[in-house]
Parts: sequence; structure tokens; C-alpha cells
Amino acid sequence: MTPDQARTAIEERFAAGATVDGSRVTASVAADRWLELGRFAKDALGCQYFNFSTAVDWKDQGLEVVARVENLDAGFSVTMRTRLAAGEARCPSLVAVWRGAGWMERECFDMFGIRFEGHPDLRRILLPQDWEGHPLLKSYAVDTPHPPYR
Amino acid sequence: MEVKAPTPQIPPAVWTEFKDLQEWEKFRQERQQGDKHSALFESVTEGLFNFPGGFAVTAVADAFLNWARKSSVWPVTFGLACCAIEMMATFASRFDVERLGMVPWASPRHSDLMIVSGTVTIKMAPMLKRIYDQMPDPKWAVSMGSCANSGGPFRHGYHVVKGVDRVIPVDVYVPGCPPPPESLLNGLLLLQDQIAHFRTTGQRPVPNPKTD
Repeated sequence: MTPDQARTAIEERFAAGATVDGSRVTASVAADRWLELGRFAKDALGCQYFNFSTAVDWKDQGLEVVARVENLDAGFSVTMRTRLAAGEARCPSLVAVWRGAGWMERECFDMFGIRFEGHPDLRRILLPQDWEGHPLLKSYAVDTPHPPYR
Repeated sequence: MEVKAPTPQIPPAVWTEFKDLQEWEKFRQERQQGDKHSALFESVTEGLFNFPGGFAVTAVADAFLNWARKSSVWPVTFGLACCAIEMMATFASRFDVERLGMVPWASPRHSDLMIVSGTVTIKMAPMLKRIYDQMPDPKWAVSMGSCANSGGPFRHGYHVVKGVDRVIPVDVYVPGCPPPPESLLNGLLLLQDQIAHFRTTGQRPVPNPKTD
């Protein structure tokens, strides 16, 4: 499978815009089809390798969850994006498809406060368990006091 | 194809089981000021000091004890970040702090000096304080590098303590990012000068309170 075939397959299945840049395919779907896109990428496109998952805070326009998966045999990657509605912080979890997504989504929850539904163990992974707030959100103030240490 | 969600067995977080950390902090706060000094020893030395000509004896004894203290400062091997690489270079043969009587020791119970080498995060600060509390008095601390001095380039990060002197009392600050072994050696020599003038006050050292 080539990147162009992957793009055509995604466009046929999801009726969503997908772009190709070299060996990188980018696809954006709605949040309710996020898990379906994950299954499709793994089973139909052969993306066995979960590279990373992260999020972007677009302030008033809501959060965006980004995940990149790769087909190492064919040598292309699929970057999956989904926009969450403004004020919404819930997203389906990809752990059912790739087990390696677990820690990535825990970090995403830690930093952005996104609740991944279906995650078996959604706890903070980097910050202390009693931490308040989610630091990578744009609304998190720089120099937020944390007594007694700062 | 139906994929079942895995159900990993993950033990609870470790630090919830650290009951002795809270107990130690409670004990430390309840400890009386100056409870490490024997009253008998105190009265004998006070009497000797007030006896005519007795100050000569106490001054000589102080000088001797401080000479002994400064000649065998054992730093605890406690590396936090990239500054620890420079600290290791200082400990190793090229710069060789052992000629100053410093033996990098792997236990805080036998050490006199803590070199805070690197960024102190808010998550690490309680552990750092715990190791410092485990060291026997009298003890000293050297803050090594910009991060330990003030937070350095990470000062406005959400997770960095803005200077280790908010957690433990610091005697010598070594600037640099990271400080080369020569800088750290200079700091250790300054610390030895400080120790040579060390006087027991009975006061517990406290961290530097700062707010901003």
C-alpha cells in the first residue's frame, strides 16, 4: 500500500479530507468516528505501530487530539486528528486498538485534562497524583503558586 | 474484528504507601529546638568558657574540631540533572576532590554535605528534603548550577522549584549552567572556609522563605 492508496481508502470510508505529504498521510475526523478511524488504520491500512498521541489547545475553538500511527513495512505514517467541541474534554480511547496508547493518553490527560473514555486506568502519569490543574492548557497561568515549594 | 480492551493489573502509586514520610515530617516539626545538645556538656563548656583564661581552651578546641570537620566533608552522591555530570567529573581523578578530604559517599547517614546538582522539580522536592533530613548534623548544602540556585531557564515552568533554598538551607551557591568542575571546586573551597568558622548555635537551620 502506498500513501496515495491510503488517502483514497480513508476518503472513501470516512468522506473526510485527507492529505498526503511525502510519506505522511493526515486525516481529520469527527470525535465520534475517532475509534473507527483507529481500527481502520490498524486493520485496513496496516498501521501496527502507534507512534505518539498528543493534543493541541486552540483556546476558544476547543481542543484537538492528534495521534500518529505508522505502517513500518510500507513506510508511511497516518496522522489522525480530531477536533473536540469547545468546552468539551472527552474523547474515545485508542487503547482497545493499540495497547501502547495507554501511557500516551495518560500523559495527554495529565497535561490537557482530556478524559479518554474506555481507558482502563486513566491516572496522572508524570505529575504528582495530588496536582491541581492541567499545565499545558493555555488557560493555566504561568507561575501558578504551588505551596510550599513555589 | 472485535478487539477487547486489555485490563492491565497496575499496582497503586508508590508514594501513597510512604507513611513514614509524613511521620518523619511530623516528628521534625515537633522536635524541640536544640535537643541534640547534652545539657551536661553544654554547662561544662559554658563554665570552661567563662572561667578566666578558659576561652583559650575552647577556642583551640573549636579550631581543632572545625579543622577536622572541614578536612573530611563527605558529600552524598546525589545527582539530579546534567550538573551531576560535572559533579562526577569533579569527583573523578582529573579534578580529584579526595585530596580535599571529600569522599563521595553513597549514604546520607554518613555524609556531611549535599551538593544539589540540577533542577529540583516539585515532585522531587519532598524526596530531596527527606534525604537532607536523613543526614546527621552538622550538615551543609551546596546549590550547584542556575537551576538549583534560582530555577534557571526553567524558572517559569509549571513544575520547577524556584531555587532549592526554598526547600533546604543552602550555604554556598555555585553559578553556571552547568558550572565546570573548577567552579564547583571553588565553591567547595569556599565551603571549607565557612566550615573553618563554624560555631554551634543550637539553632535549627531553616530554608530561605521567599514569595513572588
